[in-house]
Amino acid sequence: MAKAPARIPAAEPPIPNRERPSEPKPFEATKEQLLQFYKDMLLIRRFEEKAGQLYGLGLIGGFCHLYIGQEAVAVGLQSALDGDKDSVITGYRDHGHMLAYGIDPKVIMAELTGRAAGISRGKGGSMHMFSTEHKFYGGHGIVGAQVSLGAGLAFKHKYAGDGGVTLAYFGDGAANQGQVYEAFNMAELWKLPIIFVIENNQYAMGTSVNRASSEDQLYRRGESFRIPGIQVDGMDVLASRGAAETALEWVRAGKGPIILEMKTYRYRGHSMSDPAKYRSRDEVQAVRDKSDPIEHVKKLLEAQGVTEADLKPIEQDIRRVVNEAADFAENAPEPNPQELYTDVLVESY
Amino acid sequence: MPIEIKMPALSPTMEEGTLAKWLVKEGDTVKSGDIMAEIETDKATMEFEAVDEGTVAQILVAEGTDNVKVGTVIMQLAGEGEDASAAPASAPAAADKEDTPAPNAQADATKDDTVEDSAHPAQEKVETGARQLFEAASHEAEVENPEVPEGTEMVKLTVREALRDAMAEEMRADERVFVMGEEVAQYQGAYKVTQGLLDEFGEKRVIDTPITEYGFAGIGTGAAMSGLRPIVEFMTFNFAMQAIDHIINSAAKTNYMSGGQMRCPIVFRGPNGAASRVGAQHSQNYGPWYASVPGLIVIAPYDAQDAKGLLKAAIRSEDPVVFLENELMYGRSFEVPKLDDFVLPIGKARIMRPGKDVTIVSYSIGVGVSLEAADKLAAEGIDAEVIDLRTLRPLDRKTVLKSLSKTNRIVVVEEGWPTCSIASEVAAFVMEEGFDDLDAPVLRVTNEDVPLPYAANLEKLALVTADKVVAAVKQVTYR
Repeated sequence: MAKAPARIPAAEPPIPNRERPSEPKPFEATKEQLLQFYKDMLLIRRFEEKAGQLYGLGLIGGFCHLYIGQEAVAVGLQSALDGDKDSVITGYRDHGHMLAYGIDPKVIMAELTGRAAGISRGKGGSMHMFSTEHKFYGGHGIVGAQVSLGAGLAFKHKYAGDGGVTLAYFGDGAANQGQVYEAFNMAELWKLPIIFVIENNQYAMGTSVNRASSEDQLYRRGESFRIPGIQVDGMDVLASRGAAETALEWVRAGKGPIILEMKTYRYRGHSMSDPAKYRSRDEVQAVRDKSDPIEHVKKLLEAQGVTEADLKPIEQDIRRVVNEAADFAENAPEPNPQELYTDVLVESY
Repeated sequence: MPIEIKMPALSPTMEEGTLAKWLVKEGDTVKSGDIMAEIETDKATMEFEAVDEGTVAQILVAEGTDNVKVGTVIMQLAGEGEDASAAPASAPAAADKEDTPAPNAQADATKDDTVEDSAHPAQEKVETGARQLFEAASHEAEVENPEVPEGTEMVKLTVREALRDAMAEEMRADERVFVMGEEVAQYQGAYKVTQGLLDEFGEKRVIDTPITEYGFAGIGTGAAMSGLRPIVEFMTFNFAMQAIDHIINSAAKTNYMSGGQMRCPIVFRGPNGAASRVGAQHSQNYGPWYASVPGLIVIAPYDAQDAKGLLKAAIRSEDPVVFLENELMYGRSFEVPKLDDFVLPIGKARIMRPGKDVTIVSYSIGVGVSLEAADKLAAEGIDAEVIDLRTLRPLDRKTVLKSLSKTNRIVVVEEGWPTCSIASEVAAFVMEEGFDDLDAPVLRVTNEDVPLPYAANLEKLALVTADKVVAAVKQVTYR
């Protein structure tokens, strides 16, 4: 579990005067499922480490927000989705969510290096990646915008009656944006099928949650809109997956939106250019030592008789995949200069 | 002395209305707050309340009378202690609906006898700049629209009806199209543009939103990203400032940022520009703002047929469209072709009046001002060609440059600020691409470079007028 907020909650949660979701149970994973979680999280970890390295070499430019430390959130939640009908949208820290969806690391990395083979043909960059094929709707650079847009995706699910649910991720920083509450209001008013996922990694850039939030228990932020919230250990992939099951059950039953506050932690700075002076090295190290989501699963696997030697080939395979993605991203050609003018509009007028 | 109750103006541009129903009869006593009558305008039915106390002495305009001019005395009220029957009996026969115009208080010879109750100031037309715009907006195109097949039957429609018909037709044709916004459903539209849509299409497709522009613009944009075709109505574009992030950052850039993978076919529509005396925060032309953004289509029609044909095109477009209407235009009637499916091309300007001496380029309500100026210029022997840009992005440079090659002079008329305006843009491309055709500098005739003031006289000074256009044309034609 990540570092608990410094402030002890002043009041008990409101007395339930209406139906509330049941307390989620940790997901009971088979050994195969646990191994898959391990692989998926490790792929994100290694991919992001490589991206950080390529950034340092000048191959990736601009902003680059790494997902290291938060892997259990995307992997746990998205493993519960129905890939054929559910949709996902997030902010600018989006590499992990795409990898968790099984999108080819090569085209993600090639987007980071701004190459024609990138998933947005090199014109989006780290923060603006999309895969409509996977119903992954971005990749949005404006803090909080994805919450209203996500409500729009949920609106479509309801309008079309396709049975889909939207997972809209945003951070503890975005949780203070005004439009988030406009979206909450309409989502509950119209009973939109959406799970609002607050990835509370404790810092909005350099500002800790309790320096920015009058109510720092973010799962309660929906109360005045009658949206129930659940606080989840986002460093635990089984807790994340369990919470996703509860949330999906609630939403698919037509009970409207739900909030999951995922308590998590990012090990790196806000972006590559953030020296992270607002927290101590000890704080980060303590989380790494005690709460690392990947180490956690590794222990669970060991308990099931999976040895270090069993995991070695998996780790080597992931390194190979990431290295291939990096090589591809480095060597793929830049976009043709003519691409400058394409896709501004769909039609010709 | 009886109090004269006059036909009220229920909106700044209302000139006449129907006295639908009297709720009091002669001999009744009324006190302030009592509803005396129902009055209908093209927008709504309004209740007309008493302000004064007294006895209804005489009803001068019968219920059911249409076209009662604002300011007409419709009833006489005897004050306390007055004899209700002592009211003058010489009033015109109220039941005679043919008897128009109804007498105007100002025209009555009995002016000296009229008590000017402070609660009832004379409701004469206040001469404002917006009213001048509104008057100018009565001008119709002086040439046939080449996009309308010859011999097509034409019907008179208001701009308001044309917009509504465009939405209704597209909603009938495409299940993905829906309308959302403040008061669009149950209230039938703050400006009645969505009138009747809820009845026909139901609450699934005609959706009232809370007053949360940022949020519902985002929801509409997200819905468009996943394949629906939203029409997002802003009560006015002034409120879209709350939502401009989604229009620009989310809607306009999506297709490009995704390498053509994720589209955003959405229409943001609503009234734009100055209305009548609503002050600075409710009177702004956002045409230049949105027209500066790659990834957006920006349309600002003038008359009803363009409103209809271009809104249908906007709804069908795969690209995000900002569709700028004008509140002063909503009630204006124009000829609209009676066709099953009248769709106009986006990005094509329209010649509204052919001429050879000067080209006047404008859009939206500025076209009316330009046509009025052209009339005045014609009287002085100057033959002006008037071009309605219709689409502000992409701009139809070709039509403007072709006209320039004939007239060699351009004046751009814009109901908006001068700095970084559409007029500036026209001046720039005309200089870049038509320099050799210019016999005079391009002049911009725009609103003054100030927030729009409330006071009637100041508002009038601030807004663009036909006279200002005439002066500019004389300057470029060296007259």
